[in-house]
Amino acid sequence: MTIGLGHYLSVGAILFTLGILGIFLNRKNIIVILMSIELILLAVNVNLVAFSTFLGDIVGQVFALLVLTVAAAEAAIGLAVLVVYFRNRGSIAVEDVNLMKG
Amino acid sequence: MIQAIVFLPLIGAILAGLISIFGAHARNPGGDTVEHIDHDHSRSHGEVSHGSTLISEDASVIPVAHDEPMAHGGDGHGEHAVEPPAAGSRAAELITTGLLLVAAVLSWVVLVDVGFLHHDARIPLFPWITSGDLQVAWSLRVDTLTAVMLVVVNTVSSLVHVYSIGYMDEDPYRPRFFSYLSLFTFAMLMLVTSDNLVQLFFGWEGVGLASYLLIGFWYQRPSANAAAIKAFVVNRIGDFGFALGIFAVFMLIGSIDYETIFAGAPGLTGKTIDFLGWHADALTLTCLLLFMGAMGKSAQFLLHTWLPDAMEGPTPVSALIHAATMVTAGVFMVARLSPLFELAPTAQAVVMFFGATTAFFAATVGLVQNDIKRIVAYSTCSQLGYMFVAMGAGAYSVGMFHLFTHAFFKALLFLGSGSVIYAMHHEQDIRNMGGLKDRIPFTYVVMVIGTLALTGFPLTAGYFSKDAIIESAFASHNPLAFYGFLMTVIAAGLTSFYSWRLVFKTFHGEPHDQAHYEAAHEAPLWMLIPIGILAAGSLLAGFPFKELFAGHGVEEFFRESLKMNPHIIEGMHEIPVSIGSLPTVMMVIGFLVSWLFYIRRPYLPVELATQQPLLYQFLLNKWYFDELYDLIFVRPTKWIGRFLWKVGDGYIIDGFGPDGVSAWVLDVTRNVVKLQTGYLYHYAFAMLIGVAGLITWFMFGLGGQ
Repeated sequence: MTIGLGHYLSVGAILFTLGILGIFLNRKNIIVILMSIELILLAVNVNLVAFSTFLGDIVGQVFALLVLTVAAAEAAIGLAVLVVYFRNRGSIAVEDVNLMKG
Repeated sequence: MIQAIVFLPLIGAILAGLISIFGAHARNPGGDTVEHIDHDHSRSHGEVSHGSTLISEDASVIPVAHDEPMAHGGDGHGEHAVEPPAAGSRAAELITTGLLLVAAVLSWVVLVDVGFLHHDARIPLFPWITSGDLQVAWSLRVDTLTAVMLVVVNTVSSLVHVYSIGYMDEDPYRPRFFSYLSLFTFAMLMLVTSDNLVQLFFGWEGVGLASYLLIGFWYQRPSANAAAIKAFVVNRIGDFGFALGIFAVFMLIGSIDYETIFAGAPGLTGKTIDFLGWHADALTLTCLLLFMGAMGKSAQFLLHTWLPDAMEGPTPVSALIHAATMVTAGVFMVARLSPLFELAPTAQAVVMFFGATTAFFAATVGLVQNDIKRIVAYSTCSQLGYMFVAMGAGAYSVGMFHLFTHAFFKALLFLGSGSVIYAMHHEQDIRNMGGLKDRIPFTYVVMVIGTLALTGFPLTAGYFSKDAIIESAFASHNPLAFYGFLMTVIAAGLTSFYSWRLVFKTFHGEPHDQAHYEAAHEAPLWMLIPIGILAAGSLLAGFPFKELFAGHGVEEFFRESLKMNPHIIEGMHEIPVSIGSLPTVMMVIGFLVSWLFYIRRPYLPVELATQQPLLYQFLLNKWYFDELYDLIFVRPTKWIGRFLWKVGDGYIIDGFGPDGVSAWVLDVTRNVVKLQTGYLYHYAFAMLIGVAGLITWFMFGLGGQ
């Protein structure tokens, strides 16, 4: 069995779905949401690299690296925000984070 | 001299008004400290008037005066510590009265000058309105008609001023009272000296304002306020017609100057005013509209309801405004516009109809009233009807004659009633009086003189003028002349009856209220002197002026100020003696019946009232006019107002207008806000659904093509 483009895309789709479900089904911790976002970005990266390889275009891989960088920065900032939030509110449970409630 | 006559009262009014304002300010400099003082004050009066206390506390700027006529309270003279009079009261009284006396003397001089020496005057003062074709100037026009009115107004007004010094001696707001009185006099003088309809209207509204202020002078009494508002509103109805009449004159002639109008009036015969497909005869319609104003001001049938209620004002006011001067403004106006009315026979018939009906109607109501002032008020109403009968007959000078004599004896009757009321400690119900002739003999004598003059006892003032009116009604060629004649003759008998009833019940018989009877005392000299002068006028004002007003001297005396019906004076002299003596016969019959009812057999009226309860109630309730108006005007109006308030404003405007929209927006946002749960995953879910929706749309909808 040769591993074709479809397999890569399937993995990407599975990862993406896991990330989405992680956001919605998770009721515990905001860190889990951040991790889910990382998963979604990862799914995108898998797609980018797969297409890049199969189409012979290097730009996709360059773009994947860019996404990785941005994801790292985003994770750093997100975690920092989270720490500050915890320091202020004493909880980062998803149920408690509802300051935007109307 | 004429300027002095007109403007001296204005100066008096301004000075007294300033005294009143500064007095009020000095009395209450802070504007808020008075409340407590005031409160203690009213407590010291006991139960007298809690209502008024409340009112004054709301408007704490004005302290209460309830020493003066609380008609119900029996609040006597000097029994309680009353509020001190405003500073400068005496000064205000003397200034206004002095100026008025000067004006009164001058106006007699003017009467001689204009009436006998024929020095008519037209004095332009300064321009007022210049707008296109409309040119209105302030100017004084003095011809004989005006001179007569000047004499009436200033004489009665100055006497009433003097009288008021005595009558109002316990009222703490005398400067205000005298200021209003003088203001009224000024407005009335502007009215009678006007040279155009707009200035006439100015004076017309000015006297209406002064009347309103003076009826409501004791503003602590709700009934006085109600009466003042009623007088004002009913007069507005008349003024509406009057204003339309002025517009019509301007439309037809293009000017509101008397000279131009009278010159142009003959050319208007046969012209029509087209209004919504209705072709009305121009002169008739104009005259009727103008007469509508006269009906309001002179309290004629249908618009009379305000006059009896106006008796809520102080008695001197009733004498001055609601008997002698202001209510005769309508008569004066018709006389002034006699060149117009002479050209409109239909309008004259209407004038005669209303005059005759009023004379009869008011006399019947006067038969059964019990309030001394209301009897005299209905009598006034009735006598005004007489004047309009003369106007309708084309005998304008005769109407003016009655106006002239009536001013004397009706002011006398009112001031005499005031003296009775003063003596009885503000008791006004004649059922509670009786036997007063021994206690207040002077008042008794003058009241009898006034009654004689009113009923037309031979050789008194009323005899000449009233008989002349009845004769003119008989002699005229008006289609309703016989109706006018009949009604005025019957009314003469009724007048005699109720006038003597008033005298008998007040001054004869047994006292019904012993306490009041014992305490009754003659009024001070301030009040007696004016009454005495008026009594002399009531006796003597008839004979010397008879020829000038109702005889062969009319042409010579009035000249072009009145346009008389050319045949009327001749016709009046050719009346058979039987007709001419009819009013006197009626007068005697009225007197005898009254004597029988109230002196000889006092149980008769009671029996009659129980036998004819329907008629008695009908008369006692003034033909149910107030109830009728309440039913057909007041209540529907109130209903409409309520409907517009509740449905129009409350439901529609507040429901769907600005308030409704804002309420709706608040409502919607209150619900929209609930969508914001604040949970991150809800937002994320919404985003996802949105993205999914967009993608679906692009793939299978618009974007997929």
